Amino acid sequence: MSSLRQAIKRHGSFFLVPLWAGILCAPFTGIAAATRIALVLAAGVLLAAALRTGTITRLAHTLFSGSARMQGAGRRLVALLAAPPSAFLFLAALCVIPLFQNDYYRDVLTLTGMYVVLALGLNLVVGQAGLLNLGYVAFYAVGAYTYAISSTRFGLPFWPGMAAGAAVAALAALLIGLSTLKLRGDYFAIVTLGLGEITRIVLNNWDSVTGGPNGISRIPRPSLAGYVLKTPLDFYYLILLMVVITVFAMRRIIASRIGRAWIAIREDEVAAEAMGINTFKLKLLAFVIASALAGCVGVFFAAKMAFVSPESFTFFESVLILCMVVLGGMGSIPGIILGAVLLVMLPEIFRDFQDYRMIGFGIALVLMMIFRPQGLMGAGKRQ
Amino acid sequence: MLLLETKNLSKHFGGLKAVEAVDMRVERERIVSVIGPNGAGKTTFFNCVTGIYQPTQGTIRFQDRDVTGMAPHDITALGIARTFQNIRLFGGMTCRENVMIAAHCRTKAGVFGALARTSRVRNEERDMVYRAVDILRFVGLDEKQEGIAANLSYGDQRRLEIARALGTEPHLLLLDEPAAGMNPLETQLLMDLIRKIRDNGVAIILIEHDMKVVMGISDRVVVLDHGVKIAEGHPREIREDTAVIEAYLGKDHPHH
Repeated sequence: MSSLRQAIKRHGSFFLVPLWAGILCAPFTGIAAATRIALVLAAGVLLAAALRTGTITRLAHTLFSGSARMQGAGRRLVALLAAPPSAFLFLAALCVIPLFQNDYYRDVLTLTGMYVVLALGLNLVVGQAGLLNLGYVAFYAVGAYTYAISSTRFGLPFWPGMAAGAAVAALAALLIGLSTLKLRGDYFAIVTLGLGEITRIVLNNWDSVTGGPNGISRIPRPSLAGYVLKTPLDFYYLILLMVVITVFAMRRIIASRIGRAWIAIREDEVAAEAMGINTFKLKLLAFVIASALAGCVGVFFAAKMAFVSPESFTFFESVLILCMVVLGGMGSIPGIILGAVLLVMLPEIFRDFQDYRMIGFGIALVLMMIFRPQGLMGAGKRQ
Repeated sequence: MLLLETKNLSKHFGGLKAVEAVDMRVERERIVSVIGPNGAGKTTFFNCVTGIYQPTQGTIRFQDRDVTGMAPHDITALGIARTFQNIRLFGGMTCRENVMIAAHCRTKAGVFGALARTSRVRNEERDMVYRAVDILRFVGLDEKQEGIAANLSYGDQRRLEIARALGTEPHLLLLDEPAAGMNPLETQLLMDLIRKIRDNGVAIILIEHDMKVVMGISDRVVVLDHGVKIAEGHPREIREDTAVIEAYLGKDHPHH
């Protein structure tokens, strides 16, 4: 514990952070709530300091070294969590837990799943190929509207609709990418930023096709062998399936020669090109795959809500997904899943402070950039 | 047998003639050094040959094929590889991954291959690992194959750059100041390595300031000054060439 005391002494300035947050919040939330926020943050800083100095590890060690038997059990527990079967256990838990929850929790979990897939897709562009995409939501919108329009007007069923949504989003990405990916990174960010806004404005104003601000309603639900998916639980299992497939696909692509080439492009584009990598083609590939994935989630979203309107596809959504990738750790699949879970769940948990969550976002991102720029679980530059 | 031939190769940046009308021929399994004072246009010449710059004028033929204006990755695929003067490794990756990246243009697995991980893709991946380890052994870095490139010593980073270039399976290797920052022992090892690469059937063009290296291993030396070729010949002839001594050796680098 003495080392913890030293750490507090050394990093005392960290405790200014909760104080600062408390003062910032006080005018909005009142003194009592602001004090609570400051105390929670202070506890967080204390915990971080404890982790940093290894106090927790030593405490755990003391606890487990009580008897040899306990130590063995502890080690077995650690081994079990690290071994691949734990992934199946985890998956089984994800299948079973929602059965005992109410529909609100199931909806939050479904929303989390959607953002996990979106963030994993965006990670290909931002985390792997190193391109800043600020208009990712455009492809999500293209997917959603493709299904909304083709199903309500032409009666296209859900599964072909998902293929169509992915294909149209991929085609859009191909056209945009062909003309913009030759540009240097900063310009690509600006073009995608514009693209996101243009897409939303078009959806908002092209009344005859998109229904304008009123959106499109009564979108048909998906059906599977005659069974129509309509309860929150059905959609939860569908998105869980999509998450599992996405994680599997991402792991394989990232571990392949294509994934390696992306990382090479991110690290040094000129050197990658000189080593025989067609950097333009590979950046285009990342952009198209990511956009197709966003299109799939868009179709899912349209089918689940049975309603789409432009206000679901704002710039804020693009930023939110980008935050998940950056917060969790660019290039790390578990990190990005964690990022998506945190950014969907935390606002739900702190619903009382909903109006102030942008303050929380801002504080969190500033702290991340100062103390852990590689993200919560990102490897960053391995040392 | 002729491997590379540039004719009237020029690269201008506005009014600056970085490379002006350079004719150069490189035969198979030869070591040709390009020397000249700083700013003579040596690296610009490399950038033109590897496609990073588009030449303002002139042609580049490689293995009887016009490669002028081709994209760098296509030129690499044809068999020209290079290293960089200011080391440009993929710093966050291991040594082995750095060399494996270079095999990209020699391998085929696509997105669907990677997803299905067919036996063909698995075999290709395994062969890439074996080849990378072979190359690392060839340059003497096999014991550091799992090490992160950015953590290597300066000399080792230079050797890894050469290993990575060899990973593209070149017929012609362009080395941009490979001995820069090396101590005498490392320089000696580097010279042995360059000869070994030549003996494996790869021609080499070498930009180097260390005259001991240049005079020791070159079959031929080309001297550039202000973008213009002022002399060419056997190292012995270059040593005695008055124009070269005036332009370069006599002023900046007293003869060792």
